[in-house]
Amino acid sequence: MSSSRPDAAGAAVLDAAAPLSPEAGIAARSRRPAVGPGAAPFLQAAPLALVLLLFLVLPLLVTAAVSLWDYTEFTLVPDVTLRNYREMFEGCLSGGACSTLRTYVSTFKLCALTLAVTLPLGFAVAFFLAFHVRSDSARTALFLLCTAPFLTSNVIRMISWIPLLGREGVVNRALLGSGAVDRPLDWLLYSEFAVVLAFVHLYTLFVVVPVFNSLMRIDRRLIEAARDAGATGRQTLVHVVLPLSKPGLAIGAIFVATLVMGDFVTVGVMGGQQIASVGKAIQTHAAYLQFPAAAAQSVVLLAVVLLMIAALTRLVDVRREL
Amino acid sequence: MNTGPVMHLVTKNERRGAVEAAPARGLGAGAPTTGSQPPAPVAGGGLRRRGAIEFAAVTKRFGAAAAAVDALDLRIPAGSYCCLLGPSGCGKTTTLRMLAGHEEPTEGDVILDGANVTGLPPARRGTAMMFQSYALFPHLSALDNAAFGLRMRGVSKAERHAHAREVLELVDMGAFANRLPAQLSGGQQQRVALARALVTNPSALLLDEPLSALDPFLRGRVRAELKRLNRELGITFVHVTHSQDEALALADLVVLMRAGRVEQQGTPEDLFDRPRTVFAARFMGGHNVVAGLGGPIAVRSDRTRLAPFGAPGALDAVVRAVEYTGTGFALTLSDADAGPDHLTALLDEAEYRARGVAPGDRVGLTWDSADARPLAAE
Repeated sequence: MSSSRPDAAGAAVLDAAAPLSPEAGIAARSRRPAVGPGAAPFLQAAPLALVLLLFLVLPLLVTAAVSLWDYTEFTLVPDVTLRNYREMFEGCLSGGACSTLRTYVSTFKLCALTLAVTLPLGFAVAFFLAFHVRSDSARTALFLLCTAPFLTSNVIRMISWIPLLGREGVVNRALLGSGAVDRPLDWLLYSEFAVVLAFVHLYTLFVVVPVFNSLMRIDRRLIEAARDAGATGRQTLVHVVLPLSKPGLAIGAIFVATLVMGDFVTVGVMGGQQIASVGKAIQTHAAYLQFPAAAAQSVVLLAVVLLMIAALTRLVDVRREL
Repeated sequence: MNTGPVMHLVTKNERRGAVEAAPARGLGAGAPTTGSQPPAPVAGGGLRRRGAIEFAAVTKRFGAAAAAVDALDLRIPAGSYCCLLGPSGCGKTTTLRMLAGHEEPTEGDVILDGANVTGLPPARRGTAMMFQSYALFPHLSALDNAAFGLRMRGVSKAERHAHAREVLELVDMGAFANRLPAQLSGGQQQRVALARALVTNPSALLLDEPLSALDPFLRGRVRAELKRLNRELGITFVHVTHSQDEALALADLVVLMRAGRVEQQGTPEDLFDRPRTVFAARFMGGHNVVAGLGGPIAVRSDRTRLAPFGAPGALDAVVRAVEYTGTGFALTLSDADAGPDHLTALLDEAEYRARGVAPGDRVGLTWDSADARPLAAE
C-alpha cells in the first residue's frame, strides 16, 4: 500500500503538481492527506475489511478451533485434540476401508465430470456471444437468458427435474414412445448423471462470464492477422483464441470447482442421497451435532480447495485478467 | 500450398554486399504474365521484381451507402513502392483490404502478377499485411510471432524458427527473438510485425498506416528502413497513408484518392509539382490556389514572389502573419479583395530582408507564368 512508503506524501504532491496521466491525477487527489498522511486509503478499505474479518476470517478461525475440540454424543468439550482428524483418516494408512478418501474420490469425480462439460460448453456459449452476436442489445438479452436458472429457487429447480427425468418422466415416456428403449432408463434421475446435469445447468454461467470477458478483450485485428498469415478458422481458434482465453477458463474452472467441491444440496437431491460427497459428509456430521468432526472435515476441504486453486493459478496467470 | 521451404530471404550478411539474392517466387500458382504491365524498373544485381498489381473496375459497396471504392482502375508496377494517399473515408484502406483479401470487391477483379486473386483467401494471394498498431499475438514471443505464418502452413518447428530468425535479423530484431510483444517498444513491435508479414515471402507487402503510431524521429528512421526493404526484396509495397509528406518521401507511385476514386496518380513530383485539380493542389499542400483567367490555377508557395502593392498583373494581398522557418520566412496572406482567402509565400532570407514586410502590409503577389498550373474546375 502506497501509504506505507515514506515518500508517499511527497509523491502525492508531485503527482498533483504535474499529473502524468488522468489516472495519476485521480490517484493523487485520493491520496491527498485529509485525516493524516496516508490514512485515507485505510479508511476507504476499512468497511470491506471489517465485513470480511467478521464474517469470513472469524468464522474460519472458530471452525479451525472447534475442529480441535472433543465431543460426546451430547456435549462439546473444548480441548486441543487431533481426534477428529485421526478419525477422518482412520483406515486410510493401514489399507483398510477409508471412507474419507472414497468420499473425496467421488467428489473429485463429480468435479471433473462437471468441468469436462461446463468448460467446453461455457467456452462455446461465450464464443458465440463474443464473436457471432453483433449487436449489444442482443448480447444483453442472451446473457439474461443464461441467468434464467437463477430466477427460480434451488428447491423448485431441483424438484422440476423429477417429472422430466423420473421413471415415469417426460424423457422416459418419449424414449419408450419412440421405441428407442423397451424399459424406462433408471439412471436419468438419482444418479451421478443427474447430479452432473444439475451442476452443468447451474454453473455453466460461471464459465461463460469470465471466458466472455477474456474473449471480448481479444483485439479483433488479431483474428484478421491470423487469417492473413494463412490460419484456418480452426487454427485461429487453437493458436490465438484459446491461448488468449486461458485466464477466463481458469477463473471459470475455479468458480465451478469450488462450488462443486462444497455442494451438498444438489448432490443430495439429484443423487437420491446415494452419492458420497465431502459437503454431504460435513452436513451429516453437523446434523448429528458432531460439530468438531464437521469442522475438521471443513478444514481439510478448505485446504484441498485452496490447493486446487493454487495449482490452477500456477498454470495460468489469472491476475492479469482481474 | 506450402511456400515455406522454397523461401529465401536476404539475410543481413548477404545484403552487405551486392543485392543479388533473388527471392524465389512465393506463389506456386499462376506464372506471372506481366505483358500488359508497364515495364518494371530494372533492379541492380538482376533482382527479379514481383508483385505487379492491377485493379480492374473494382467497386466496393457497404450496404446501400455510396460506394466506398468506385470503379477503381489502377496498375502498380512490380517491385514499386506505391502510396495510397487521401483523407479519411476516401477508400484507400478499403482498396488495401480488397487487395489483401480481407474485403471482397462488390464488382471487378484484383489481379496480382497476372493471376486473378479475387475471391482467394489472404494467404493464397501472395500478399501479406502489416496491420495498423501491428496486431502482434500477445501470447507469443517475437520469434513465434514471426514464425506464425509458417506454423500455419505446417512447417516443422526447427525450419520455421530458422526462417523466422532470418527475417528477424533482416529487420534488426534478432536480439529480441524471445521477448513478448509487451516487452518491446512500439518501434520494435513494428519490426516484429514486419518480420511476421515477410516470413511467408509475399509478392506484395501491404502496410496500413504503418507510421502513424510512431513518434516523428522514429517515423523518419522506419521510413528509410521500409524503402531499403522495398529495394532489397524486390517486392511491391502498398502503403496507405493520409500524410502527403510520407507519400512524397517514400513512393515511386502516389495514388491520391478522393471519395472512392483516383483523383490523380503519378510520381511524387507529378503530384506535388503538377496538381491537376483544386483538391489535389490543396491536399498536397504548399500551393496557392487562385482564380486565373481560364479557371482556378495553382502556384507553389515557394514560387510565389512579392511585388509592390497594385503592380500590374499582381494579386493584391494583405500580410497576416510572418513565421521564421529556419531556412527562410513563411508569409501568411489574405486576398485583399476576396477576403480571408488563405495564401502563403515562402521567401528566402535575402528576399525577406530586402522587402522587410510585416503583418498588416499590403503587397502584391506574382509568379512566372511557367509556374502557374491550370486546374480542372471542381
